[in-house]
Amino acid sequence: MDIQIDEQTVKKYGRILSRVVVVILVLIVLSASVFSVKPESVAVVTRFGKYIKTQEPGLHFMIPFVDRYQIVQDKRQKKQEFGFGTPENTNPSQWTGQDQFPLEKTMVTGDLNSAEVEWIIQYRINDPRDFLFNVRNPEGTLRNVSESVMREVVGDRTVDEVLTIGRQEIEAAALMGMQEVVDKYQMGLHIDQVQLKNVNPPRQVRASFDEVNEAQQEREQLINVANGEYNKVIPRAKGEADQKIRGAEGYALQRVNEAKGDVARFSAMLVEYNAAPEVTRRRIHLETMAEVLPRVGKKIIVDDESAKVLPILPLQDAMKGGAR
Amino acid sequence: MKKLARALGLTILVLVIVLASMSAYSVSETQQVIITQFGKPIGEPITTAGLRFKLPFIHHANYIDKRVLAWDGAATSMPTKDKLYISVDTFARWRISDPLEFLLRLREERSALSRLDDILGSETRNAVAKHELIEIIRTSADRKAVEDEALVERGVSSQKLPPISKGRQKIEDEIFEAANEKLQQFGIELLDIRFKRIDYNPSVKNKIYARMISERQQIAEAFRSEGAGEAAKILGNKERELKRINSEAYRQVLAIRGDADAEATAIYAKAYNQSPEAIEFYEFLQTMETFRRTLDKDTTLLLSTDSDLFRYLKTDKAK
Repeated sequence: MDIQIDEQTVKKYGRILSRVVVVILVLIVLSASVFSVKPESVAVVTRFGKYIKTQEPGLHFMIPFVDRYQIVQDKRQKKQEFGFGTPENTNPSQWTGQDQFPLEKTMVTGDLNSAEVEWIIQYRINDPRDFLFNVRNPEGTLRNVSESVMREVVGDRTVDEVLTIGRQEIEAAALMGMQEVVDKYQMGLHIDQVQLKNVNPPRQVRASFDEVNEAQQEREQLINVANGEYNKVIPRAKGEADQKIRGAEGYALQRVNEAKGDVARFSAMLVEYNAAPEVTRRRIHLETMAEVLPRVGKKIIVDDESAKVLPILPLQDAMKGGAR
Repeated sequence: MKKLARALGLTILVLVIVLASMSAYSVSETQQVIITQFGKPIGEPITTAGLRFKLPFIHHANYIDKRVLAWDGAATSMPTKDKLYISVDTFARWRISDPLEFLLRLREERSALSRLDDILGSETRNAVAKHELIEIIRTSADRKAVEDEALVERGVSSQKLPPISKGRQKIEDEIFEAANEKLQQFGIELLDIRFKRIDYNPSVKNKIYARMISERQQIAEAFRSEGAGEAAKILGNKERELKRINSEAYRQVLAIRGDADAEATAIYAKAYNQSPEAIEFYEFLQTMETFRRTLDKDTTLLLSTDSDLFRYLKTDKAK
C-alpha cells in the first residue's frame, strides 16, 4: 500500500522536475545562441573552427556550442607609442614599460651618430579575418615591425635630418615601409599615420647641440649690432654732408649775388662818373674825408712856408695822444 | 519488455553520442593537424578548417599553428668588420610549412624557437662580422642627405652620408638565405629576418659622443667666426662709407665755393675792366674805401696845407 503511493508521488514530481529541467535547458540554449555586436566592431563567426561569416553591429543568432564568435574593433583607430607611454590607454599593445623606453628610442643615424627618437603610429584593423587568422599576435608583431622600419629609415639619414629638417620625410618613408611589411604578411592592418614626437640628441651631447643654436644666435646678434652701428652713423653723415653742400650752395648764391649787386652799383656810379669825372671824384673824396677825419686821433696840419717848425715829430707823444 | 527495449535504445544512443564526440574534432582557421596513431603520424596534414572525424582512442590529433609566427632574438653584443662593438636585436617571422617534418624533428614550438635562436643568432653574428658598421646601418646607397643650407654655406661637411655598397636589406637577405637553408630540414619556413635594434655598446658610446660633441663644436665655431667676420666687414664698410661721404662732401663744397668765387671774380673783373675810365674809377673808389677802413683813432695824420682839402685854410681863391 505505502509503496504504491510513493511510486505515484515520485512519478508525479519526476514529471514536473523533468519539465522544469527541460525549460531551463531551452533557456540556456536560447541564450547561448544569441549574441550582440557593439558599434565600431564586427564579429567573426566560426563553426567548428571554420570561418563562416562576419557579422555587423546588432543582434545575431548562431548555433550554440558549435559556433564561436570573436569581436574585432575594426572601426576604431588604435595607437602604439615608442620610446614613451601615456598612462591612460585601453590598448594593451600601446606601450611596453619604463625600462624599455630608452632601448626603444636610441638609434644610430646614417652618419654614425646617435639620436633618441620617440614616435607613435596610428592604425586600424581593416580586415578582421586576416587580423585573426594570418599572423599570431599581430599587434605585438606590429611593434617589432615599427621599430625595425623606423631604424631603417633613420639609418639612412643624417642626425641633422632626424633632428630638424627631415622629420616629415622620415614620417612618410616610415609609414610606407611599415605598410609594405604589414601587407606582405597580410596582417589585416592599415597604418594611418606615423608621427615623430620628441627627437633629441643623446643626453650626453645635448649641451653641444645647444651650443650650436647659441652660436647661431650669437652670429645674428654680432651682425645686428654691426648693422646698428652702421645705421647709426652713415645716415647722419649723409645728412651732415648734405647740409654742408647746401651751405656751400648758399654761399655761392650769396657771393654771386653780392658781386652782381656790387657791380650794379659800380656800373651806376660809373655812368655818373663818365658824365662828369672831375666833379664826381672831388665829391666822393670830400665825402670820404668828412667821414674819416673826425675819427682820426691826432691831426697835425703843417704849412710849407712855416719852416721854423723843427721837423722832429714827438711821435711817442702822438701815439700816446692817440690813445687818449 | 518495452522498458528493456527503451533502456537499451537509450544506452545505445548515449554510446553513439559519446563515440561520435570522441571521434570528432575541429580544426580552426589558425591551426593544422597531423593525425598520429600510437605516436606515428599517418596521412597527410589537415590544413583546412572545419569539423573532422578520426578513430577514437587510436588516433590522436596533434595541433600545430598554421599562422605566421614571430621569433624575437635577445639583444646580443657583437663586433663589426671595423671592430666596433654593437648591440644587435633581430626578429624574424617564420611558419611551420611542413607540419609532418616539424612533428618528427621538433615536436614543439619551444624547440623550434631554440633552433631559431642558434641558427639565426650565428648567421647574424657572421654577417655583422663580415661587414662594416655603415653597411648595416644604411639601406639605400643612392640616397643623398638633405642638408641644412645654413651649414652648407659654411662648408661644414659633417652632414654627408658615408657611401655603402650593400646596405642593410642586402645583409638581411644574406642572413635570410643562409639561415633558411638550414631550417628547411625542420619543416620550418623562414619568412624574413630584420634588424629590430642596433645600438653602440656602452664601451663604444663615449667615443661616439666625443666625436659628436667635437663635430657640433666645430659647427658652433664656424657660426661664431662667421658672425665676427661679417660684423668686421660691416664695420669696415661703415668706415669706408663715412670717409667717402665726408670726402665727397668736402670736394663738392670746395668746388661749389670755388666756382662761385671764380664767377664773382669774373663779374667784378668784367665790370671793373670794362673801360680805362672804369679801371681808374675803381682804383679811386677802392682807395677811398681803404681810408674809411684804416684811419681810426690810433692814427696820426700829417697833413699839408698844400693839399686840396686844406687849401681853403690859407685862401679862399679857387685854383
